[in-house]
Amino acid sequence: MNDVVVLGAGMHPWGKWGRGFVEYGVKAARDALADAGLDWRDIQFLAGADTIRNGYPGFVAGATFAQALGWTGARVSSSYAACASGSQALANARAHILAGLADVALVVGADAAPKGFFAPVGGDRPDDPDWVRFHVLGATNPTYFGLYARRRIDLYGATVEDFARVKVKNARNGLHNPNARYRKAFTVEQVAASPVVADPLRLMDICATSDGAAAIVLCSAEFAARHTTRPVRVAAVSTVTPTFPSATVELPDIATDSSVAVAPPDLSFRASLAHAAYEEAGIGPEDLSLAEVYDLSTALESDWIEDLAICGRGEAEKLLRDGATEITGRIPVNASGGLASFGEAVPAQAIAQVCELAWQLRGQAGARQVPDAKVGITANQGLFGHGSSVIVTR
Amino acid sequence: MKDRKPVVPGWFTTDGEFRLLGTKCTACGTVFFPRQETFCRNPACAGGDFAEVRLSARGTVWSYTNAGYRPPAPYVSDPDAEWEPFTIVAVRLAEEGMIVLGQAEPGVTVDDLTVGAEMEVVPGVLYETDEQVFTTWRFKPTGAAA
Repeated sequence: MNDVVVLGAGMHPWGKWGRGFVEYGVKAARDALADAGLDWRDIQFLAGADTIRNGYPGFVAGATFAQALGWTGARVSSSYAACASGSQALANARAHILAGLADVALVVGADAAPKGFFAPVGGDRPDDPDWVRFHVLGATNPTYFGLYARRRIDLYGATVEDFARVKVKNARNGLHNPNARYRKAFTVEQVAASPVVADPLRLMDICATSDGAAAIVLCSAEFAARHTTRPVRVAAVSTVTPTFPSATVELPDIATDSSVAVAPPDLSFRASLAHAAYEEAGIGPEDLSLAEVYDLSTALESDWIEDLAICGRGEAEKLLRDGATEITGRIPVNASGGLASFGEAVPAQAIAQVCELAWQLRGQAGARQVPDAKVGITANQGLFGHGSSVIVTR
Repeated sequence: MKDRKPVVPGWFTTDGEFRLLGTKCTACGTVFFPRQETFCRNPACAGGDFAEVRLSARGTVWSYTNAGYRPPAPYVSDPDAEWEPFTIVAVRLAEEGMIVLGQAEPGVTVDDLTVGAEMEVVPGVLYETDEQVFTTWRFKPTGAAA
């Protein structure tokens, strides 16, 4: 049995609060501890997800949160993996528990994000692919989302109205989430009237940057047996890299690997993240009750639905048009409201996805509750070959 | 006359027929762009010797988009000038089996492009300072049908 249990979940609401990431993280951590019915001094291992834009403290997030909560001599780790930082921290905590090195762990991710486009750190650095794509091409993150979106239009007949429908759906779900930054409904017309950021995507197709935090208390099955009668379990944490040669344009690279010497793998990077999670959990896409996927752009949600093998290539828009991805549909996607409603708080978001699954599987999601949710999957992708997929079951 | 300087040295030819320059692992034949010169990234290859290669002059559109807003630094642009969106194209080079991103030639918009259309690589200017002209590569439709 490779399961560990999510004993508690907590968040600091997403938004632009103008305070430091430590404050957000402490709030989320205390909420998760309260949810678990534990005291911080019960925690044996703290896994922090790093932020890179707050200087020195962000690089050592684990110890920063431990100091803020009060030094206890707990073991600690810090993980940086861009948007997958939170799930790498989760993977770290899970591995410690499965190895018998700890019975109970706290995972925390928090950020105070800058306004506007993410940009690389300063200096003249032609060896850094992140610097290169900005300096040589002016390629921001939405550039990549635009490339993926345009391919959906040209290859599969997706439309900008389809993309807008994702925003409309996720905004409607987010109305019912007290932790979401935006709690406002939108229409397809409103999305279409917003300015183009990266053709064919408009401002309201692309997620904002936000402050926010999320935390999880994770424990062994034995520890959980003493603290809960309705455990939700982490059945898989996939943090695999791409396989050479990676043949899809990926952030932040300006070229893919060449396939002259080795044929490209059958699965793209995004699909391989989900595939590894399914293999580890011993389930398939037909077993899912819901999915929380990284809707950095509206069109990207459709890519993820296909990468999770919920439908075939080019079929995600049909699911959307049929209402299958609504909370009341066959396979609800981003019942939380997704990044469309939250915005990005990079090290927190992968943890926030798991919080949502925990609340959904416990039946605590209120007006956004997916009926009888039993199995949920998350998926996200960050820079530099980072990404993750987590499966939670009850 | 201002001095002309590649925005990153060694990524394209500076005289004769314009081409992107990559490197090829002498052990397994994998081609790299941007150039890779110390270790081969093919996991089945322990190679560490590379030869410079000229990449294909043409390829097909993998996808395309534009920059509706001014990108942040280190992209260089005049903050006082009105923002003119530029087009970015991802072009699949058939011979190398790789996709390379590049800005389209000025005047080429997303309306001029479609997935699968043929493109060629041409020289361009990324930006100028008082002393120097920084050169780059651009992609231009050949007009061949998709």
